[in-house]
Amino acid sequence: MTITRRGFLGALGIAGAASTLPGNAQAWQSKAPPDPFGCLVDLTRCVGCRKCEQACNEVNELPEPAVKFDDLTVLDAKRRPDQDAFTVINRYYTGRIDDRDKLVPTYVKVQCMHCQDPACVSACITGALTKKENGAVHYDVDKCIGCRYCMAACPFEIPAYEYDRPIWPRVRKCTFCFERISKEGGKPGCASICPVEAITFGKRSELLRLAKNRIESDPGKYVDHVYGEHEVGGTSWLYISGVDFRKVGFQELPDRPMPQTTETIQSALFSYLWSPLALFGVLGAVMGVTSRKHDKEDGHDA
Amino acid sequence: MTHKPQPVDRPFWTPGVLVMLALMIAAGVTLVIRYTYGLAAVTNLSNHYPWGIWIGLDVASGVALAAGGFTTAFLSHILGRRYYEAVTRPALLSAALGYTFVALAVTFDVGRSWAIWKPVFYQNHTSALFEVAMCVMAYVTVLWIEFIPVLAERLGGKIRLLAYLDRILDRTMWVFIILGVVLSCMHQSSLGTLMVIAPTKTSPLWATPLQPLLFLTSAFAVGYPMVVVETTLATSSLRLESEMNVLSPLSRITILLLGVYMALKLGDLISRGAYATLLDGSAQSNSFMVEVGLGVILPWIMLLFPAVRRSRRWLFIAALLIVSGVMLNRFNVFVVSFKAPYATHPYYPAIGEILVTAGAVATIFFLYRLIVTWFPVLSAQPQEVSRDQA
Repeated sequence: MTITRRGFLGALGIAGAASTLPGNAQAWQSKAPPDPFGCLVDLTRCVGCRKCEQACNEVNELPEPAVKFDDLTVLDAKRRPDQDAFTVINRYYTGRIDDRDKLVPTYVKVQCMHCQDPACVSACITGALTKKENGAVHYDVDKCIGCRYCMAACPFEIPAYEYDRPIWPRVRKCTFCFERISKEGGKPGCASICPVEAITFGKRSELLRLAKNRIESDPGKYVDHVYGEHEVGGTSWLYISGVDFRKVGFQELPDRPMPQTTETIQSALFSYLWSPLALFGVLGAVMGVTSRKHDKEDGHDA
Repeated sequence: MTHKPQPVDRPFWTPGVLVMLALMIAAGVTLVIRYTYGLAAVTNLSNHYPWGIWIGLDVASGVALAAGGFTTAFLSHILGRRYYEAVTRPALLSAALGYTFVALAVTFDVGRSWAIWKPVFYQNHTSALFEVAMCVMAYVTVLWIEFIPVLAERLGGKIRLLAYLDRILDRTMWVFIILGVVLSCMHQSSLGTLMVIAPTKTSPLWATPLQPLLFLTSAFAVGYPMVVVETTLATSSLRLESEMNVLSPLSRITILLLGVYMALKLGDLISRGAYATLLDGSAQSNSFMVEVGLGVILPWIMLLFPAVRRSRRWLFIAALLIVSGVMLNRFNVFVVSFKAPYATHPYYPAIGEILVTAGAVATIFFLYRLIVTWFPVLSAQPQEVSRDQA
């Protein structure tokens, strides 16, 4: 009886230890593509014309919006990208005043950030979401089961869902115009239409250089921060701004990639299935000992 | 002293069973609407709140409460404490039913129910959900395999396949018993890993990398209390002997298991400094205090008293507190803790979501009742008979 109780505690200890083992198997490594494309959004240039929304709608063959794209009254309320609109422009008044004492608006374009190490890609049960070499976080509808774990995981709250489709609902989000940017010289719809060059498409490394140049050459105009350079390990979409990012709808996020902790736990526990196999072995040994003991007792009784 | 399991000799159609049937029909109607007009027609799920009570209660709590299956199997079959065999069959049955309904609940919740098999072929090994899904699929199979001898005992004479499988299982059952415990440990912990990927969207009270270990230890802790609750409910509603001779010693083991969980839970809270938000009066902190105060600390103290462990009523209350505490924990982690940064309204479950959840619970009770009436699951003796003998 004492032996069995010790065995019980031993197994408990092993199970417990297995759950807390640090990432001893291998240190976590970023799977970010080394030289992806990106977009730099300069919030000081955006005039809120909604041409990017319109281009996105046409390129992605999305349904007609309830309010036409030339109607700017929609800017009165804050919107989020959804299943029918992969990007939206929001307007913020941060208290800045121009020479004629009028409030200066700041317009913010919102879409999927195409993270370098995306939480959605790590979370996706079937691998329907993947991070491509060109920077796009790509969605393959044929693998999707609609579990919506990507939506729970996304720190930017971006993936949207077709809740009103009974049979084949899809996860919907900015595609980074994957087909277009895969072609030589191709640009996303929004970046190619922007009339004030608020969106610059290019290699992420070059965009970072460009962003820092703009901030350095006009430090009075910009806050000294490229949003997306380090947030959640870096994103393909980058922003520079004349006002504090927190005042215009951006969250303060850690520099640590979101999947790092969970992937470290998963690989520490399950690489080569070592812990289940070890537990199976221990339990098998315990069971062998106790059943032999029982056989003896039974034989003795009989 | 050990009773042999036998079918329960009680009339099946009682008022309670009819209530269950009504709830099942309501849930069925809701599901017809869900598959005709989409999830939006029956749930309050949104782009801000992708997971509701079908995940937080039906799946997460369901998995935890089925822990009676592997914890009793461990005790009586692996450690060879045959004394506890009286409760292994009912625990096995409720685990098998529980997991089957967890699998069904997931099927209703995912948008593409017809594609639910896809993770078997399209595997993403970094996904904790993938690990949970594979283990649950495998474990449901293992549980029903473990149940074959019970079916064979009754129907083996009529269905030769059952008798044949039963004979094979005589020699191989040990593999499935160990496999069941291993699979349980794997997915119970991975269920806790799920929300760790969203530390910025969850309350600091639950957002800890220790979550997998907390889920695993709380599953260990809730196993025997769940057996106490089940057995007490079954024996009192079917008017059978109370089986306190088995339940009291089980609750002594629970003091240790719940104590380990409590120490880890409180230690984690203190070491991360997360207790700082405990008194801010928010729904999150209140729910946390109920979860830990009423669901962990109070029942643990209660179980320290031998009088509580010997009293059928008080042991039931303590066990029910532990079971509710673990249920609330899973609900907290997946629903209450979740903060959608851009949501304009909080999430509350819709009537449709509640109906399906209630219907699933009713179906489990209904099938449990049906199976114990037909098959040899319960060992407790009818009260009148033993009184006559006494």
